[in-house]
Amino acid sequence: MQEEEVFVTGNEAVARAVKLAKPNVIAAYPITPQTEIVEVLARYVESGELKSEYIHVESEHSAMAACIGAASMGARVFTATSSHGFLYMCEMIFWASIARLPIVMANVNRALGPGWNIWADLKDAMSHRDAGWIQFYTASVQEAYDTTLMAFRIAEDQRVMLPTMVNLEGFVLSHVMQPLRLVDEAEYDRFLPPVRIPHALNFERPHTLGTLISPEHNYLVQYDNNRCMRAADDVIAEVEREFERMSGRRYGAVMKYRCDDAETLVIAMGTLAKEAEVACDSLREKGEKIGVLRLRQLRPFPKAFLEEVKRLTAERFIIIDRAYSSGYGGILAEEVKAKLYDLGLKKEVKSIIAGLGGQDVPHEALEKMFMDKRGGEVWFGV
Amino acid sequence: MVEVLGKEEHEGMEAVGGEGKVVKWLAEIPADEYVLKGNSACAGCTAMIALRYALKASRATGRKTLLLVGACCMVVCEGVYPNTAYNVPTLDTAFACTASMASGVEAALKSFGRRDVNVIAFAGDGGTVDIGIQALSGAVERGHNFLYVCYDNEAYCNTGMQRSGATPPCARTTTTPGGKREKKKDVPRIMAAHGIPYVATACPSYPIDLYEKFKRAFSIEGPKYIHILTPCPVSWRFPTSKGVEMGKLAVRTGMWTLYEVEHGVFRLSPPSRRVVLRGDVVPVEKYLRAQGRFNGITDEEVERIQKMVYQELEWFKEAAARRKLW
Amino acid sequence: MVWSMSESDEGKHEIEIRIHSRGGQGGVTAAKMLAVAASLEGKYSTAFSIYGAERRGSPTASFTRISNREIRKYSQIRKPDCVIVMDPTIASVVDVTEGLKPGGKLLINVGNNSTDLERFRDYEVYAVDATRVSLRFDLKVAGIPVLNVPMVGAAARLGIISLDSAKQAILKVLGGGSVVTSLARYAGTTALDGTESLPSTMRKNLMAAELAYKETKRLNGSG
Repeated sequence: MQEEEVFVTGNEAVARAVKLAKPNVIAAYPITPQTEIVEVLARYVESGELKSEYIHVESEHSAMAACIGAASMGARVFTATSSHGFLYMCEMIFWASIARLPIVMANVNRALGPGWNIWADLKDAMSHRDAGWIQFYTASVQEAYDTTLMAFRIAEDQRVMLPTMVNLEGFVLSHVMQPLRLVDEAEYDRFLPPVRIPHALNFERPHTLGTLISPEHNYLVQYDNNRCMRAADDVIAEVEREFERMSGRRYGAVMKYRCDDAETLVIAMGTLAKEAEVACDSLREKGEKIGVLRLRQLRPFPKAFLEEVKRLTAERFIIIDRAYSSGYGGILAEEVKAKLYDLGLKKEVKSIIAGLGGQDVPHEALEKMFMDKRGGEVWFGV
Repeated sequence: MVEVLGKEEHEGMEAVGGEGKVVKWLAEIPADEYVLKGNSACAGCTAMIALRYALKASRATGRKTLLLVGACCMVVCEGVYPNTAYNVPTLDTAFACTASMASGVEAALKSFGRRDVNVIAFAGDGGTVDIGIQALSGAVERGHNFLYVCYDNEAYCNTGMQRSGATPPCARTTTTPGGKREKKKDVPRIMAAHGIPYVATACPSYPIDLYEKFKRAFSIEGPKYIHILTPCPVSWRFPTSKGVEMGKLAVRTGMWTLYEVEHGVFRLSPPSRRVVLRGDVVPVEKYLRAQGRFNGITDEEVERIQKMVYQELEWFKEAAARRKLW
Repeated sequence: MVWSMSESDEGKHEIEIRIHSRGGQGGVTAAKMLAVAASLEGKYSTAFSIYGAERRGSPTASFTRISNREIRKYSQIRKPDCVIVMDPTIASVVDVTEGLKPGGKLLINVGNNSTDLERFRDYEVYAVDATRVSLRFDLKVAGIPVLNVPMVGAAARLGIISLDSAKQAILKVLGGGSVVTSLARYAGTTALDGTESLPSTMRKNLMAAELAYKETKRLNGSG
């Protein structure tokens, strides 16, 4: 097989992955910094390279509603959004997961107004960690592509049947151009079987989706949702292993960088974790035993994370958050702390809030913050 | 009331379907039922008549039916999980998105290469006139091949009658205890202004007219819109046996006018022709005084509504003369 | 002269380039061309831009990072090793050497302006009249001379990329759609084959890059 390489933005990488997945229906509404995804897909559809029904919806609420409508008919669907668009479709985001529809969505993370800000911030997606979607956070153009490719397979797995969100941070990842190795179409066709949604509507034995559900049944639906979300953790690992066999690229729920002998463990998501690796290298040269553990998957919260934390000997945890829960703390930091309690581990935890609204976070600054031995919550720049 | 309606008993069986050339009889409507017994509609529900005829008309085309139901009474009427009273594949939608979910359904069917399905989106006036109008406007602008039906009981009747954009002036609702001050939003004409191939108004009191309009809609490719006035005995507060009569009164008084706009051509439907063209109008007071929701309406208010009706009828008269709306 | 990019040589395994242009002049494309050229030479590269406020005609900046290992920096470039000034008028309104490392490389399109280059004597300064080169080959988009192509050609004089890979990158980026590079690049084959069969505008672009490369002069020091 002739492996091809292109030089593209994170957005285009996602669009290329979607093209390989050949969704039946794409419902698209533009929003900065996601727009390029739906533009590139529109070109593919216009040129006939991609045979999808492309719905030019008039809002994000309608985008997700159209995805739900199409998936309820058994179709493979895709949409992309960001920030305000993400929140505008909020009602439908929850609807999609309770309806157990394997919708794949790229979310290009961006801050929320007022005060128009189009730059990276994870609050859009992280505020919806309870929406019942599988959530991936990517950190390179290649990873955005590969994760989108895997997302269809994971979402549509019969043990999962849950909507899946691939997050990439606005501009810093959506608009940065990097080399991208492409997956061969025929190989991907073998990797991703045709979609089959068992509860989709059909004409042979008509049924109703979404009618009234009483207290005797509703909690069972929610329990089932949670059961499948937990099952997804193993399915994701399985799909990642199979993806590695196809592409040679290895992914996991947690990506470790120089963690094994680390006394200080930095935990982060997305591109900030990559920037932290650079700071880590520099500190290692100065004799600091520090490593970076990057969380690729926020929901389901990975078992692999717990296993790693149990195994690693680091006593000091530094958690970087590009989103926070007002009046509580960094969202990832608080989740990690809760899990430490589950494990019966007492660690020294420092929470860094950085990169909000596209705030530039250079590795030199991270290095300084890592070296600052004070614990608690620190807001970069404040 | 009875004396007014008596002579019009067979009105719905008059010639319909254009310039009076086609005659249809109730007996020709398929006997098959797709709304099953045991559904939980209120006694005297006229919206259920509309849904029944929509599904029958769809059956008569020989195609399959895919029904979407917005958040409205018609979801409640299905019954409670794991039961359903609708014997066609049915997708219940959130409030604002009946039309946009229908877009997705239609696109999926297209992608599967299926052209043998009538997609019907069925929603109330709240879900259409208010919260769902953006999705509806977008969906018809995009030209999806589906029929959108708004059954209009002129308030949020499913939740105990709160004011909607479709509530007529002076109607008392739980959120307008002193009567609504504003006019009713005219969505059929808004839909006609979108330039879609078929827009119609209807009322279950005229079942053949209603049935023919569904069938007409299913014969046309592209977005279709039918707005049906469905008197609600519970919210409007009239006896459950009077739903059909109340619909007829609405038409005879000119409070509701039946018409079609097909590819831009305006056509009054037979029951409204005598009202609009011959000025055979029943005073609006008969309609208002027959319903508890207008309790306490003053003579001045009645007069104001009567004036408004005459203005409306004048518009319809001009439209009928002009024929081409766009 | 090629910069050392060995991993052990800390601080030099990465080259950060800032490009100054005006909105609409193709600064992002220039950054992409440089990155693709480096990629063709088997290096890692990323290209990006300052987004948000860009408007046609207003000063803007684009960036290229080149490294011999995976690039993990997503922060802005504040201390570039190299600055490329595409627009001849921009140096009078923007501090183009801001953050430029002492001894860093500065490539300026002087145009027909009498730019005072003396003030840049702390840096390794290269000058070219890319505007004239562009006009000579009648390279215009919407009536504006195309500056990115000659400037990428000229940049090959800085020793960051070779002229061959610059030309190949120009070809690939202007080729439209996506830029496909073969992994065969690691074999080091960067020769341009079959240029005579290219459309005339493409040939003109390559000739402009080559001429700009030839005409680029180092103004101080040796080289």
